[in-house]
Amino acid sequence: MNSATVLALLAVGTYALRLAGPVFHRRLQLSERTTRLLGALATVLLAALAATAALTQGHHLADWERPGGVLIGVTLAARRMPLPVVVIGTAATTALLRLLFVP
Amino acid sequence: MSSLCRTLGRPTLADIALVCAADAVVGATFGAVAVAGGLPAWLPIAMSVLVFAGGAQIAAVGVLVAGGGALAAVATGLALNTRLLPYSLAVSDVLDTGRWWTRLLGAHLVVDESVAFALRQDDARRRRAAYWLTGVSLFVCWNAAVVLGALIAGTLGNPDTFGLDAVFPAVMVALILPALAGDRRLRTAAVLGALLAVAATPVLPAGLPLLLAPVALVAVLRKGSGDSVPEPEPEPEPEPEPADR
Repeated sequence: MNSATVLALLAVGTYALRLAGPVFHRRLQLSERTTRLLGALATVLLAALAATAALTQGHHLADWERPGGVLIGVTLAARRMPLPVVVIGTAATTALLRLLFVP
Repeated sequence: MSSLCRTLGRPTLADIALVCAADAVVGATFGAVAVAGGLPAWLPIAMSVLVFAGGAQIAAVGVLVAGGGALAAVATGLALNTRLLPYSLAVSDVLDTGRWWTRLLGAHLVVDESVAFALRQDDARRRRAAYWLTGVSLFVCWNAAVVLGALIAGTLGNPDTFGLDAVFPAVMVALILPALAGDRRLRTAAVLGALLAVAATPVLPAGLPLLLAPVALVAVLRKGSGDSVPEPEPEPEPEPEPADR
């Protein structure tokens, strides 16, 4: 299997996953309850994605500077700061921590 | 643009622009890392257009560059992208309008950010506007950035130096906070799912730990009495409404 095959399989598989929503949605009428459940499902998945992206690197724990920055970013977001503040606060914290604690 | 401004409000537009800028940096890094790892430049570029899912692209290219094999690269990428199925169901009301070709096109724009921005809107018109604007903007920024990154591979410094790897998870949490704030059981499920996914990361193949999160949701909903779906409580403090909406 070469790179082109990897690309083709990944592209077709990914698009199929994306198309499943609109296709199945038209076949079966989803109740408001189900729609709410799907919204909850997406939120929970996003939370898990955020946690794994913040805390892990491959199969290991990430360095502590990354979650350190994320923690500041989440705190800023919880205080209803605009997203630009969250982004800059997060990146600046992690960058500063890495600068201060060079391995 | 002015009608979009009226529909979504300036703060949301600014948020979308900022997420695009942040993702562009990641995209440029992705292109550069792929080419620096010995892959032909067309591969990250074509992958960005056809797959258009940052996490899966980074994972698949990571496997290829590390010599993990083609099958593992596909499996990892697709496992990460299984979350797009519930996402596409969650925004199916947005994708269920318009001509057949806009539906097909719209489905390709199902990504974390477009879904998150859409779900944050409370009426159908604003959901649609947020979804399409985020999706199209990201598609343009992401692909342009990947091309740029692939072209200037090697001259780009390590993005971790600038703390950019911390931005994506922080933005994701910021986007789901409003939904979590109004719903205690959803909050419990999100924390439990996140813990499960992190705990399983050392032992499960990449991408699969994420799929434990729905298990946490089911567990929390089953444990809860009465109806089995989180009932959204009223927001304790509504988002400030911009004057020009």
